[in-house]
Amino acid sequence: MSAYLIRRLLYALPILVGVNVITFLLFFVVNTPDDMARMQLGERHVTQEAIDKWKAERGYDRPLFWNGAASGFEQATDTLFIRSTVRLFTFDFGRSDGGRDIGGDLRQRMGPSLAIAVPVLLLQLVAALGWALVIAWLRGSRLDVASALVCVAMMSVSGLFYIIGGQYLVAKLWRLVPISGYDYGLASIKFLVLPVVIGMLIALGPNVRWYRTIFLEEMGREYVRMARAKGLSDARVLFVHVLRNALIPILTGVVVLLPSLFLGALITEAFFAIPGLGSYTIDALQAQDFAIVRTMVFLGSLLYIVGLLLTDLSYVVADPRVRLQ
Amino acid sequence: MLVVASSMIAACDGIWRGPWNNPYPAAEAGANILYTTFQERPKHLDPVSSYSENEAMITSQVYEPLVQYHFLERPYTLVPLTATAVPSAIYYDAHGQTLPVDAPDASVARAVYRISIRPGIRFQPHPAFARTADGRYRYHGEGATHVPVARAPTDFPAADTRELKAADYVYQIKRLAHPRLHSPIASLMGRYIIGLDALAARLQADVSATGFLDLRGYDFEGARVLDDYTFEITLGERYPQFVYWLAMPFFAPVPWEADRFYAEPGMAARNLTLDWYPVGTGPYLLRENNPNRRMVLARNPNFHGEAYPTEGEATDAADGLLADAGKALPFIDEIHFMLEKEDIPEWGKFLQGWYDISPIAADGFDQAIRFGPDGRPELTPEMQAKRMKLAVATQPSIVYLGFNLLDPVVGGDRPRARALRQALSIAVDIEEMISIFSNGRGIPAHGPIPPGIFGHREGTAGINRVVYDWVDGRPVRKPLARAEALMVEAGYPGGRDPATGRPLALYFDAFAFGPDYKPLFNWYRKQFAKLGVQLVVRMTDYNRFQDKMRTGTAQIYGWGWNADYPDPENFLFLLYGPHGKVKHQGENASNYASAAFDRDYLRMRSLPNGPARQALIDRMITRVRRDAPWIWGTHPQAYSLFHAWYANGKANMMARNTLKYRRLDATRRAELRQAWNRPVLTPLIVAGAALAVIVALAWRTQRRRSMRTPT
Amino acid sequence: MIQGGLVVLASDACLFVLVASALAYWTIARRHEHLRAPWREVWARPAAAGAAVVLGFFIAIALVDSIHFSTRDEAQDDVVSLLDLALESLRTHPETSYSAPFATHAYSRETVRLPDGRVHREYPRLVSGGAHLVAPTERPADIARRAVLGLALGLASGALALLGAACVERRRHGGLAAACRAIVGGRTRRPWRSLLAVGCAIALLLGLGIALAPWYHVLGTDKVGTDVLYQALKSVRTGILIGSLTTFISLPFALALGVAAGYFRGPVDDAVQYLYTTLSSIPGVLLIAAAALLLDVHMSRHADTFDSLAARADLRLLALCGILGITSWTSLCRLLRAETLKLREVEYVAAAQALGVRSPAIIRRHLLPNVMHIVMITTVLDFSGLVLAEAALTYIDIGVDPSMESWGNMINAARLELAREPAVWWSLVAALVFMFVLVLAANVFADAVRDAFDPRLRRVGAESIATLAQETSHR
Repeated sequence: MSAYLIRRLLYALPILVGVNVITFLLFFVVNTPDDMARMQLGERHVTQEAIDKWKAERGYDRPLFWNGAASGFEQATDTLFIRSTVRLFTFDFGRSDGGRDIGGDLRQRMGPSLAIAVPVLLLQLVAALGWALVIAWLRGSRLDVASALVCVAMMSVSGLFYIIGGQYLVAKLWRLVPISGYDYGLASIKFLVLPVVIGMLIALGPNVRWYRTIFLEEMGREYVRMARAKGLSDARVLFVHVLRNALIPILTGVVVLLPSLFLGALITEAFFAIPGLGSYTIDALQAQDFAIVRTMVFLGSLLYIVGLLLTDLSYVVADPRVRLQ
Repeated sequence: MLVVASSMIAACDGIWRGPWNNPYPAAEAGANILYTTFQERPKHLDPVSSYSENEAMITSQVYEPLVQYHFLERPYTLVPLTATAVPSAIYYDAHGQTLPVDAPDASVARAVYRISIRPGIRFQPHPAFARTADGRYRYHGEGATHVPVARAPTDFPAADTRELKAADYVYQIKRLAHPRLHSPIASLMGRYIIGLDALAARLQADVSATGFLDLRGYDFEGARVLDDYTFEITLGERYPQFVYWLAMPFFAPVPWEADRFYAEPGMAARNLTLDWYPVGTGPYLLRENNPNRRMVLARNPNFHGEAYPTEGEATDAADGLLADAGKALPFIDEIHFMLEKEDIPEWGKFLQGWYDISPIAADGFDQAIRFGPDGRPELTPEMQAKRMKLAVATQPSIVYLGFNLLDPVVGGDRPRARALRQALSIAVDIEEMISIFSNGRGIPAHGPIPPGIFGHREGTAGINRVVYDWVDGRPVRKPLARAEALMVEAGYPGGRDPATGRPLALYFDAFAFGPDYKPLFNWYRKQFAKLGVQLVVRMTDYNRFQDKMRTGTAQIYGWGWNADYPDPENFLFLLYGPHGKVKHQGENASNYASAAFDRDYLRMRSLPNGPARQALIDRMITRVRRDAPWIWGTHPQAYSLFHAWYANGKANMMARNTLKYRRLDATRRAELRQAWNRPVLTPLIVAGAALAVIVALAWRTQRRRSMRTPT
Repeated sequence: MIQGGLVVLASDACLFVLVASALAYWTIARRHEHLRAPWREVWARPAAAGAAVVLGFFIAIALVDSIHFSTRDEAQDDVVSLLDLALESLRTHPETSYSAPFATHAYSRETVRLPDGRVHREYPRLVSGGAHLVAPTERPADIARRAVLGLALGLASGALALLGAACVERRRHGGLAAACRAIVGGRTRRPWRSLLAVGCAIALLLGLGIALAPWYHVLGTDKVGTDVLYQALKSVRTGILIGSLTTFISLPFALALGVAAGYFRGPVDDAVQYLYTTLSSIPGVLLIAAAALLLDVHMSRHADTFDSLAARADLRLLALCGILGITSWTSLCRLLRAETLKLREVEYVAAAQALGVRSPAIIRRHLLPNVMHIVMITTVLDFSGLVLAEAALTYIDIGVDPSMESWGNMINAARLELAREPAVWWSLVAALVFMFVLVLAANVFADAVRDAFDPRLRRVGAESIATLAQETSHR
């Protein structure tokens, strides 16, 4: 077990390097450092001289992977790739190409992203569990059929519709919450209500169906029949025993999502003007700010690896038959 | 527990007092705060490198150059701001002899601007000026006491000010040459200001990667301090447009203390730079700069004071724009720029009263505006009911379709290619384009110079005879038959290329993406198809587009130009041969070159506005109309809509420092917001009821089930 | 008007290969009982059968839209499809700008110069929408008349279909009338009733469309006056292509690598895991955005090869499928690896290994057939997620080419239109309804397929491409 853990952690290193290589290739096939400089320096009266100076200041004048001009060992190390990768691995994100401190921005923008993601996750978990439990309890009734229909319908509606329609109705026509914006602290609640509810609705349909399947499967097991035979009520069996046993696979599914919460929701953030990490990333892509893009990809893959590890561990917890080596 | 609960309730009460959808703290309700928006964070607030519109919105309120544009008067005129008078040049020949103003260009060896500034102007309070009891700067250099947690200048406990000196202007001019600051106008100014390029070379040799480079120690011929309130700028040739540059933040004063302060180690890593926190003398100071949410301008307590103008255009008095004449500026206490990434929420919030002013989004247009019987825009009854007001101004800019004159098909001075260009100019129906894509918010261009700039002509004298006829007192686009005849002349009868027998294929290079561009490009294709020409649109990103322009591989392209200053030179130079994009890296993207035009351009440049200049401009414009290097396109109009409580809303397309003139009636705003934003509770009740019904249904189902014997 | 011959765009070829392989699968499945049985179970479900009809209808539209011809006649479109020709009247009669469904006048006022030189803003008459009417007041009667005609047409074809079905069932139920009654009563072995009900609904809509669409803009027009119904129909192909091609492209990689990793374990497993973990750990949206940019650059550098707008858009669509495929490949690969890991512990595999059967044979005989159901289920389950993902991606400008009709592009344009007042809602609603119907059908069908092939397959912890639509809009 611990050997497995150690091996997985060691895996993370080459994976992160691989991710960095891909980011580099993708980014620099598209953009040359000259393009980036022009983007930052503005449009008018930009001379090649200014561009060269800009590149030199930020180290973008170095070759990407192989420095033929340097000597010996430096041929491989005095490159843009090695220099920026090494810094990333020490979590020194440095300053963006636009000149701002990336670490500071990340700290500031993590809050709003989490302020949406965490409530969405918890609320939809509670709502979907509750709904699925009731439906499992009333299985086979007309309400069950109706709920199945509603769930499939909810799944089939584009998430964009929830966002566009929700904002139009709730904020514009009914004036219940501000249309967009954000504030820090308690004042953020009124800005978060709508995006959180919408985020919950988007995830509700598939999750209710999935949880219901898990509940029904659990109810077919031996111990449930035993409990029934002993005279326990249907409700008690369902809400106590089945729920407890079904929580393991459900929580396993939730664990995977945890790290990705940090990255935020792109469209929601843009539409509700919430200054989270999702809109930060998209802005950076549009502004071709390589320093930020690289950092976000790095963090994203780091979190993904952590999530994978957690999932594998939860597999073991959930099903002892799976062997990890 | 009880305490927590009650404080929660108190907090919630604070949040939900007033309209539910109030995006601001309830405490700000009656405050004299202007709310407006920004879409992306400004990149540079350092006046040496700030050039774009969204940056100028901030820098122009904070920094004060020597001169400014008069708020009300049109055509745009310069008036002194910190200078005692609008600067003018004295010309000298190579031997140092003074020359008359109208001396020929070739004889001018030096143009000297001697400028005096007003005494008693002070900078905003800033820690850079703070000193200890023994007179040392508190936050500079060795022994400086730093505040390690400071993330903004306001986090420093001490702040002070200093009087504005002529040296601050000279210091900023030297900063244009600073190798680390990348001023976008360094190379342009290097051509004019004597010794600027040499200074740049010297600085390049002395500069280190970080740390303070004390520019005061460098003597420099181009800008010299004469005394505390007087300095001189020396140009190497006659450049009458230079005075317009003096109105831009590039030539605003920057105190050396600020540079020194921000150069302290660790400052830049905490975003403490001049790029983020400007230090100026203007009516406002930047108190909060959080590009992730909002930027806040607050009244500068040290502002020297300025009075609202007492004169304006003829109609201004009737429009109530002179009601505040002579009153002290600024009127508004704070300006909050809120981050708003999408147009739709911005427009929605404006209608609800949360923003005071809004540019009209093209699609909100029909809701807000209609055209009156005389063809002038007016507000719809719904908007009038909200007592909104509208300001319309033609922008000093042009959006055009250009032909690359180096291209073998559409380019060159051959009569055939010219006929092709003229035919296409007729076929592309700019009027329809303005109607569909800008909802009528634009004026068809008849040449490069927009209305409001000297050289533009109205009426029959101003029309483009190549494309239009003058019928019944207005210009009418020539019939398509004329364009078809021109196509025959060009050698493409019916739009077919005789060499291949297939329709002539032309290539349009565009750099735009987004929802609105697909219809626009389809529309272009339709226009070209009128002549049987097949238009292939090659979309690309802006970088690649610029590459194509630089290498001259584009054929037809769409671009625009927004004036730096209100002078015809700033438009005509876009067609000046030696500014050719491909050969000279200039701004003449069509690579138009005509010896006669270039000769006239050089003479026109140094003439003062007057009949002689107008005659020259007319000749130049007639020539470019015939050569048709551009399909002249549109002069866009800016419509801005503002609420009843917002006063002095006149649009000024040249001045950016106009926020100081605006006035708000915050009490009235609070009342109207309250009235407009009553929440609609019915849907909540309906949703609650529906939920209750479902619960009841579930309950009944369960009851029924338990009645039956369990199977 | 067609002067050039048949043009086969890359995506057309892919689609036809896909259909051909589906047919091939069908013929194989008919011959093997273990494949036939679950499919029979799928067809036995009324809802699934109905959904299949809807899917079939959409696929038919996509196929008709995938037969392209070149034209040299007009300067406008150089490639048209069979569907374009069928919808000729919708395609070639554009208005100048917005018009509401069934409108006779434009939606916004236009500046008109009166003979006396005054300028006036008014709602101009449409060029083609309701142009046959002398006075706009005739409109309700005209619409009603045509609608009745169309419905009658639809009903007639519905009745014809019922008759045909009854003929098939005649022998089992003893007589045509009895068969009809059995079908209407839903007592047949095959779910004829739901098949016919859905078919009839489609026939009625088609009838209405045929009767009304040539005369009115049934779903209105967009900003430059293109018919919205035409756009929505053209978008079907885009949606279907993205939904199906993506998995198809990535299938071979996922299958080969996933099974190999699970079976061989050790270094092979490590290598495969490294590959897919690295790829999938890059946030999907960023990967797609970067690839989309890459493609743009490639195309603008080789602009001469892509001078036809259609070819350009087509390549971008394929590339998008490929990129989405890379993202979904990794998750399918993960699933397959896990399943193979489990399978190789099973007795008969262990026995085969003990008996010295060689690895390729074990994989072919014991592993591949036993993981195929995962492939099948993933394909149908991912379909709907991908259709939704297209809209979300296009919305942030990294989806299909803006010149290509797609529901994502329609919604993207509609976000501006909703802010108008009165709002322009029909583009948005049309796109959402079309998308909803397709995704709903796909979901219902996928459910049945999953239940039939593996009632117990749970996708615990296996995040799939289907979450991408959610991922971009919301986590």
